[in-house]
Amino acid sequence: MPPMAETNLTSSDFVSGTPASQSSNVAEGVYEHPWPVRFCHWLNSVSLFVMAGSGLRIFLAFPSFGPKIPQKNLVNFPPALTIGGWLGGALQWHFTFAWIYVLTGVAYVAYEVFSGNIRQILFVPRDIAGVWPMVRHYFFFGRKPPQTETYNALQKLAYTSAIALGILSLLTGMVLFNPVQFSFLAGLMGGFHWARVWHLSVLGALVFFVIGHLVMVALHGWRNFMSMLSGWKR
Amino acid sequence: MPADIKRSKRVPLTRRELLKLSPLLAMGVFAIPKFQAPLLKSGVKLTDWASSKWFRENHMAPTFADSELTPLDKFYVNTYDVDDPGVDLGSWALTVSGDVQRPGSYTLAQIQALPKLTHNTRHVCVEGWDAIVRFGGVRISDFLAHVGANPTARFLYVECADDYYESLDMASAMQPQSLLAYEMYDQPLTREHGAPLRLRLPTKIGYKSAKYLTNLMVTDVVPRAGYWEDQGYPSYYGL
Repeated sequence: MPPMAETNLTSSDFVSGTPASQSSNVAEGVYEHPWPVRFCHWLNSVSLFVMAGSGLRIFLAFPSFGPKIPQKNLVNFPPALTIGGWLGGALQWHFTFAWIYVLTGVAYVAYEVFSGNIRQILFVPRDIAGVWPMVRHYFFFGRKPPQTETYNALQKLAYTSAIALGILSLLTGMVLFNPVQFSFLAGLMGGFHWARVWHLSVLGALVFFVIGHLVMVALHGWRNFMSMLSGWKR
Repeated sequence: MPADIKRSKRVPLTRRELLKLSPLLAMGVFAIPKFQAPLLKSGVKLTDWASSKWFRENHMAPTFADSELTPLDKFYVNTYDVDDPGVDLGSWALTVSGDVQRPGSYTLAQIQALPKLTHNTRHVCVEGWDAIVRFGGVRISDFLAHVGANPTARFLYVECADDYYESLDMASAMQPQSLLAYEMYDQPLTREHGAPLRLRLPTKIGYKSAKYLTNLMVTDVVPRAGYWEDQGYPSYYGL
């Protein structure tokens, strides 16, 4: 097992927007993101976009969680905002990119586990105490808690949740796709109807994560964005 | 210090690091119209293939109590052109052809003479809605044995009075709940639900359960995959 990668890096190197070093003017850099992480990140951002867009088009074919008769539509937005054009086209995108989405997720988690880096992002019980101070800092102008690890408790919670949501999106999707073969899983989810509710709820949660993620990237600036491209943060 | 955490006096090799991501540009091929359709077709084929691999011929679709049935008047009728193609029920017979020992015409009475199975199962439409429905009929496996179908043939192919057509892989056809249905809710099939004979396949997506059957062929090569399949829906689509 490789040593934990937190070493002497603190989260301020990653999120605070303050330079990693006071001497950043001489372009000292920190290699934050190994290429497998960056590769999976961008591949996943594409496949998640396609899965969400085609999934919404599929949902438009019956935008309800109730009976077909009488049908009560929950949403009504233009298909132009979705991917696939029509139900059959959307299914093609969904059933093709599902493979890319799943394989990317498997590769990423495998890399994180085998490199030991998963400990940087895995939310564990001792992180619970650190969540509220970070929430207070971000949303209620509280003092910024001192940081001792690569990622703060709230970040770990977000990144761990994203992985869990990825797994749940796959499991709920498999039940919707093959409810008979995976009837055991369907039972765990409360049946076919609930699996559909969960599948869409997972999408909602992932969208919430992505919005939060993009807001943080926007707030913390260009250097964080570049480091997900090149690996190096100046 | 792990290899992936490095510090440097300068930021080197940014270009090389970016180049490591260049394979991602291959995703752009999905934006090229010429390649998009065949790629998506391959993706659906892969999904179909995988789900045919985890299909278990002896795994039963869940069945439901009568109290859980969707009432007949709440069972949505989906057709691709007409609700009632005007089948003459008096003179109707199913034409059986292909890789069978006893091809020919089979009347409804001949089909109904075989053992009857009735079940309450979930009908799942590709659109996303579903219904718990009650159908009765003869097992496809019993009928195929009756007409002497070659058990190693790969597909069933059916044609319908409304010019709809469908194909069905043999493993799904032989699943013990797969029916040639002539009853629903303990009454003869209604016209809009496919009288006098239709497929009822609890292990397949709804559009595979073709209505108003007129022809049934046992074959290794299907002439066409199916009406909706030819519009771009998956060909296998098991449940």
